[in-house]
Amino acid sequence: MSCKSLFSLLIVAFGAFGFVNPSFAQTTEETTTTTAATTEEHAPEKKGINLTELVFGHVSDSHEWHFFELGEKPVAIPLPMILYSPTKGLDIFSSHHFEEWHRDAAMPGVQISNEHNGYHIEKMMKEKVIAEDGSKVYDLSITKNVLSMLISVALILWIMLSVAKKYKAGGATKAPSGFQNATETAILFIRDEVAIPNLGKKKYIKYMPMLLTVFFFIWINNLLGLLPGGANFTGNIAVTLCLSLISFFVMMIRANKHFWGHLLNPPGVPLGIKFLLVPIEIISMFIKPVALTIRLFANMLAGHIVILCVISMIFIFAGLSKFAGIGFVPVSIAFAIFMFMLELLVAAIQAFIFTNLTAVFIGSAIEEAHHAEGVDHEHNDAIEIIA
Amino acid sequence: MDLLTPELGLFFWTLIAFLVVFFILGKFAWKPILGILSEREKGITEAIASAEKMKGEMSQMKSENEKLMAQAHEERTAMLKEAKDIKDRIIGEAKEIAKTEANKIIIEAQAQINQQKNAAMTEVKNEIGTLALEVAEKILRKQLNSNEGQEAYMNMLANDIKLN
Repeated sequence: MSCKSLFSLLIVAFGAFGFVNPSFAQTTEETTTTTAATTEEHAPEKKGINLTELVFGHVSDSHEWHFFELGEKPVAIPLPMILYSPTKGLDIFSSHHFEEWHRDAAMPGVQISNEHNGYHIEKMMKEKVIAEDGSKVYDLSITKNVLSMLISVALILWIMLSVAKKYKAGGATKAPSGFQNATETAILFIRDEVAIPNLGKKKYIKYMPMLLTVFFFIWINNLLGLLPGGANFTGNIAVTLCLSLISFFVMMIRANKHFWGHLLNPPGVPLGIKFLLVPIEIISMFIKPVALTIRLFANMLAGHIVILCVISMIFIFAGLSKFAGIGFVPVSIAFAIFMFMLELLVAAIQAFIFTNLTAVFIGSAIEEAHHAEGVDHEHNDAIEIIA
Repeated sequence: MDLLTPELGLFFWTLIAFLVVFFILGKFAWKPILGILSEREKGITEAIASAEKMKGEMSQMKSENEKLMAQAHEERTAMLKEAKDIKDRIIGEAKEIAKTEANKIIIEAQAQINQQKNAAMTEVKNEIGTLALEVAEKILRKQLNSNEGQEAYMNMLANDIKLN
């Protein structure tokens, strides 16, 4: 228990750190632009970097997988665009058709692509596909995040199916070996520390596949996102929303009479308080998935932003003077390595927290009446608040 | 903020991918893995329980063995004691029998000795008698060989008669 709260405390600390940093990044950016303005004679504007575009270009989704720029030419993998609009129907083409970008004075900070097939992309922090005729566009493209997810899905399936094969071949009597051993540790951790304590010994087995899938899905995606050039998949709100809605959905389906009874008609509470309590309870029920969504999203996004900012510092200082830039390299690298290690930890912790909270929510929904009233509830809330 | 609006496409693909992963892994990975894990744990618990049981049985057997050993020891002592008693008794009895037998033999021997002694005595007496008679005869023959001798003998006889 103490171990869990320590984890949670760490998360709080990092979360706060992460939230502070984007604003820090923005202030640095302002100072850079002002310094760039003052030192315009010997530092041409082209060399200065736009930190907002750089950072958010890295952490947000994209229709191409951009790696680096070779001279002026970007080295990137074009990805398939799958667009649907009520007026034009389904349209599939490669994203390399959008290759010329220009800016419009009317929309500051927005890059606009050339038009292709009646669509163009507007890139601010995110890329948005706009139809020329103004109709609504449903963008189901295989974006960088989707592709990254597909890679991770293939990885998860390959790992788990090969491990399962090993289990089947070895039977119950053979000791686990190699990668099977590593996976088993994680599986047993989820079973013994997450599923059984929260769901109870009788019911946990039904939810194990879901919890394990959630855990490994988030964890492996977190780790893939940390690779240089990797996509910030789990730091995308659409992803975390999807995952938390799945756990919310499971919770709603599995919720028993006892749960609804407690929610809509709390026993032992005066009628006046009930009018106050029931709406609060209902709101808190919906807050749970929202909290799950924001927690994973913010943590992963913040981690990526911090690492990017730390690395960008080299170029910010290099914008001031070449020597300052070179001098700052060791500091920046040291910080980046530290943050990277931290992110490795956070990747596992966030996967664990998400899984654990899912288990806690489901546990509260399937809890039987014989439990001591109040005690368990408080305990669950406590975990939620700390985490 | 832009970042906080979820994109439909990513949401859609994530949902599909997650569900696919969930169903595939649920069927082909988690089920066999969890099954084998619980089976293995059950096996281990059973093995420990049976080892514990064996241990109990072993200690029970040990105490039984000890009891048997003590019993055997006791029996041995008893048997030894009995054997000794029997030995003593047999020896005693044998001694007794030997004694009486010896006595009997001695008595018999004595009787025989006496008998033979008597026989020998009678024989000796008879021999002496005959010898004395022979001697007397010889002496008488010698004395009565001459006249004077005869006369003397007659006188002596006459004297004897006179005296009577």
